Amino acid sequence: MSIEWYIVLSSLLFAVGAMGILIRRSPIVILLCLELMLNAGNLALVAFSRMVGNQDGQVFAVIVMVVAACEVVIGLGLIVAIYRRKLPLDVDELRTLRG
Amino acid sequence: MEEILFFAAALGALGGAIGVVLMRNPLFGVLALVVHLFSLAILFLLLTAAFIAAAQVVVYAGAVMVLYVFVVAYVGDEHEPAWEPIPGQRFLAPLLGAALFVELSIAVLGSSLLALDTDGPDVAPGFGDPAEIGKLLLERFLLAFEASSILLLLAAVGAVVLAARRRDLDGGDVGTPSERFAPKASEEGAPAAPPTGGPS
Repeated sequence: MSIEWYIVLSSLLFAVGAMGILIRRSPIVILLCLELMLNAGNLALVAFSRMVGNQDGQVFAVIVMVVAACEVVIGLGLIVAIYRRKLPLDVDELRTLRG
Repeated sequence: MEEILFFAAALGALGGAIGVVLMRNPLFGVLALVVHLFSLAILFLLLTAAFIAAAQVVVYAGAVMVLYVFVVAYVGDEHEPAWEPIPGQRFLAPLLGAALFVELSIAVLGSSLLALDTDGPDVAPGFGDPAEIGKLLLERFLLAFEASSILLLLAAVGAVVLAARRRDLDGGDVGTPSERFAPKASEEGAPAAPPTGGPS
């Protein structure tokens, strides 16, 4: 399979993730859609690293995984904190910081 | 053979992604994401990235998804209200997503990268093996490796601080933000009415 296919699939997955973030309002699902976008980026990184024949892109993908794991941990911690304070789990209701 | 595997895995990845977006129950969304991650691991194997594929399955589909399942089970499945703050958002969002895909495709395919429609160069047998990646991580990218370890430590400490039980905020009913910041009408008597918006 040519690299083109992987890149097109990756941009398709990225667009689906972005669409999910625009549509959904539950913070958990928004975090899941962020994962989709990060994984689409990972796929593009690995595909380009295969295209060049260099492993640096794969190391970059590992680092992206670490960042994604940190983001999940902090995001889920925030969700648990929101739930503990009995606030609604809906990003449209949690808009105290909106200007 | 490679084509069949690619299309099967691509279908799984795409189906999982769409499932995450469309499932109303977050638990099913998490399970759809597991399907997506396993399909991506197959794609990584096709791209001769064995270590990334293994890390994907072990770290993502294993550890991170277990964390998600725990939090979804703790928080419970919440219903999304029908109230729409932005009219037509549900119709506008797929349109914008499609526009983003077209834009990305034009950007990638129009980039005149000559190697884009090839299979990539022939690589040595050890390409993408744990040994090779580990050598790169510990030699050339040592600084990024150490920085990411510090980031992981900070995230762990931050999660504990964020999710820790606090007596001042945890005991009473806090209510929605508007109720919380509104001036108290009366201090005496029975506690105020329970919050309307919060989960009970």
